[in-house]
Amino acid sequence: MISLKKMRVRGVQPGDLAQVIEIDAGITGLRKPEYWGEILGRYGSGRRRQRFFLVAEADRRIEGFAIAEVRDWEYGMPPCGWVFAIGVRPDARLEGVGTRLLEAIGEGFRRLGVTKVRTILARDNHLILSFFRSQGMMAAPFIALEKDLE
Amino acid sequence: MRLQKNTLAALCSVLEFAANPGLQLSAAEIAAKYRISPHHLAKVLRSLGRAGLLESVRGVGGGYRFTGNAKRLTLMDVIGLFENISAARRGGRRPARREGAPARPAAAEVEEALAVVLSEIDEIARATFSTITLDTMLKLMARRRR
Ligand SMILES: CC(C)(COP(=O)(O)OP(=O)(O)OC[C@H]1O[C@@H](n2cnc3c(N)ncnc32)[C@H](O)[C@@H]1OP(=O)(O)O)[C@@H](O)C(=O)NCCC(=O)NCCS
Repeated sequence: MISLKKMRVRGVQPGDLAQVIEIDAGITGLRKPEYWGEILGRYGSGRRRQRFFLVAEADRRIEGFAIAEVRDWEYGMPPCGWVFAIGVRPDARLEGVGTRLLEAIGEGFRRLGVTKVRTILARDNHLILSFFRSQGMMAAPFIALEKDLE
Repeated sequence: MRLQKNTLAALCSVLEFAANPGLQLSAAEIAAKYRISPHHLAKVLRSLGRAGLLESVRGVGGGYRFTGNAKRLTLMDVIGLFENISAARRGGRRPARREGAPARPAAAEVEEALAVVLSEIDEIARATFSTITLDTMLKLMARRRR
């Protein structure tokens, strides 16, 4: 059981990356060190005001991470905050870590004057859908479409 | 999409229980609050009992107690007891036509294409109902009240 009091949400640091890679590999089943190196370069602390790569740390252990960005006029929408990824260590789940990460992202968005947060999720990933819905998120007025190119 | 009367009565009941954890409620109380016929509601509550969401309490002032977990029980868990919202229900892919086989009747072609469209709608409905827990639903109602 982790103590939420001891937990701190902060910007990622290069030394955190190994643990983030491990958490992601636990969720997706794939280790992607190169990909995460690139994400650190693009979203890492303080590079761009509009980009967030946050980690939740308790007792020097990284329990979870979240990546988000404010995007302007994407798909013709006024500036809004997108959450691209969120992941919590399996043994630290259901203790509010995900909620804290999302709250921190929301505060970051609000500081930039953004009042809408969006995400896109796999329809069959009920765990993450239930999580975002528990945070008050509802279907956005968009439909994601795709096709196989012949 | 419209839900049947039974489903609506079941949802009102479980939400009433979930909003009052630990409380024992009688069919008559719920029927009066939600203006559902008591006879009709009694049947719905028995179904919820059989599904393990409620347990009946016997004796004077008897009624039902909620035994589900509002943070894990989803709208789908309740709706699925009364309606058939199955993603697989309407088939989907067109069977490959064999060389030389007669063309399929025109209506079958329309129906098959329509089945693809309808199953898309079903899948979205399922994903929605399956990821809204009773707890999330109560929060949604509280927000709308504000
Ligand atoms: C989704 C995830 C981030 C949630 O993190 P968490 O730290 O467990 O979340 P919290 O403890 O803050 O939970 C908040 C709420 O989410 C909902 N929730 C979380 N896990 C749930 C579950 N297993 N079932 C139903 N609801 C759940 C609950 O409403 C919970 O509130 P409660 O604790 O009051 O019941 C975490 O489970 C995870 O990393 N899952 C894998 C993510 C994934 O698949 N990523 C791939 C795509 S990016």
